[in-house]
Amino acid sequence: MTKQQANWSPYDNNGGSCVAIAGADYCVIAADTRMSTGYNILTREYSKICKLADKCVMASSGFQADVKALQKQLAARHLIYQHQHNKQMSCPAMAQLLSNTLYYKRFFPYYSFNVLGGLDNEGKGCVFTYDAVGSYEKVGYSSQGSGSTLITPFLDNQLKSPSPLLLSVQDAVTPLVEAEAIDLVKTVFASASERDIYTGDKIEIVVVNATGIRREYMELRKD
Amino acid sequence: MSKSVIEMPPKGGFSFDLCKRNEMLAKKGVSPPSFRKTGTTIVGLIFQDGVILGADTRATEGPIVCDKNCEKIHYMAPNIYCCGAGTAADTEAVTDMVSSQLQLHRYHTGRESRVVTALTLLKRHLFNYQGYVSAALVLGGVDVTGPHLHTIYPHGSTDTLPFATMGSGSLAAMAVFESKYKEGLTRDEGIKLVTEAICSGIFNDLGSGSNVDICVITKGAKEYLRNHLQPNPRTYTSSKGYSFPKKTEVLLTKITPLKEKVEIIEGGDAMEE
Repeated sequence: MTKQQANWSPYDNNGGSCVAIAGADYCVIAADTRMSTGYNILTREYSKICKLADKCVMASSGFQADVKALQKQLAARHLIYQHQHNKQMSCPAMAQLLSNTLYYKRFFPYYSFNVLGGLDNEGKGCVFTYDAVGSYEKVGYSSQGSGSTLITPFLDNQLKSPSPLLLSVQDAVTPLVEAEAIDLVKTVFASASERDIYTGDKIEIVVVNATGIRREYMELRKD
Repeated sequence: MSKSVIEMPPKGGFSFDLCKRNEMLAKKGVSPPSFRKTGTTIVGLIFQDGVILGADTRATEGPIVCDKNCEKIHYMAPNIYCCGAGTAADTEAVTDMVSSQLQLHRYHTGRESRVVTALTLLKRHLFNYQGYVSAALVLGGVDVTGPHLHTIYPHGSTDTLPFATMGSGSLAAMAVFESKYKEGLTRDEGIKLVTEAICSGIFNDLGSGSNVDICVITKGAKEYLRNHLQPNPRTYTSSKGYSFPKKTEVLLTKITPLKEKVEIIEGGDAMEE
């Protein structure tokens, strides 16, 4: 008697890619705005980026229903924190909270692949990258989602030191200036949308720096 | 009475010997390599002077685009062209094969090929392979009996239609055709409608994309408009460009010279022993 396979899955993949790059005094977080299912497009204008705190922004790809639920959870916990501590959560604190929230559902995970970006308490850029169940790491840059396999090797080539055996792992920030990082992000998404069918339509680029949070958009291939 | 089974030489066609092994491997988590499918939107319509075929140009391997500008409109005969959707290797092979057969037939009969000939050759081949040759085709052409347009499904069934669509983007394209098609379209109206239908597939279906190819076939003439429309240029190219100075890093160099192995035979004849 062979084991009966499930003929219904609670998950779906809405596609898309996200990227975050940390700089000395800024952080760039970007995601495409296409939401799809199977071979169809559900909408060309869906924001995968969510502001969690003053200096902390999260981008998530995967199953957007789970992503929405996760964002609500984090917003609620952040509000409680603000009531109890009379201040906003810092980015590293939010990073830990996100990890704990994800692991809480270890046995029925949020199908959500996140990158968290922002400024830490000293004003330096920081990026945290996650898997679906909360394992996280502070890095200089990261990419998640359907286009990540196309984006990460390029970012590695441009931003990473040649080999950790030759050079010690530097401070987790890139030497790029803000404008260069944005240029890199645009190039990387334009390339990913050429070869990944789930990435396209528009990119939403969010930049967090000392002056605050600003948003910009760029058109991508619509096919 | 001997009970031995006469070993038949393997006939052509598919051999299912490895199916059990593949099943066993799949259970162990080893997945077979994916086929290159063409995702695809292909269309055809009959207008007042003949037939117009259209296709997109994206070939996919799962979620990745492996060819941004492939050719899906295949030559069958000077007056017959065929669009192919499904597994790319299958559509190429089957159209090449029937194209050769048609040429030999032309030499044999001394006449221009007919669309129904191509149709019968294709459907016989596909039915013979019981759907394993995954080719879904839109065949169109003009011969002595007039303009013809047919669709052929992987299992070998065919339809004869005034307008047809196939592939993952077929619903998007058919929506356009059903709204705007009428009999007796002029050449320009026909090209415009086919372009609109393919664009509908390109923008609304993720398996189709890039450019629009058109082929117009009329009595005595054909026009292959490769990349008739290119609505998807690259959106951003960095003005400063990127350099790739980092070569493969040499982490460690170790040279181990091969020692010479020399055997010394005391006396004796080297040839004996």
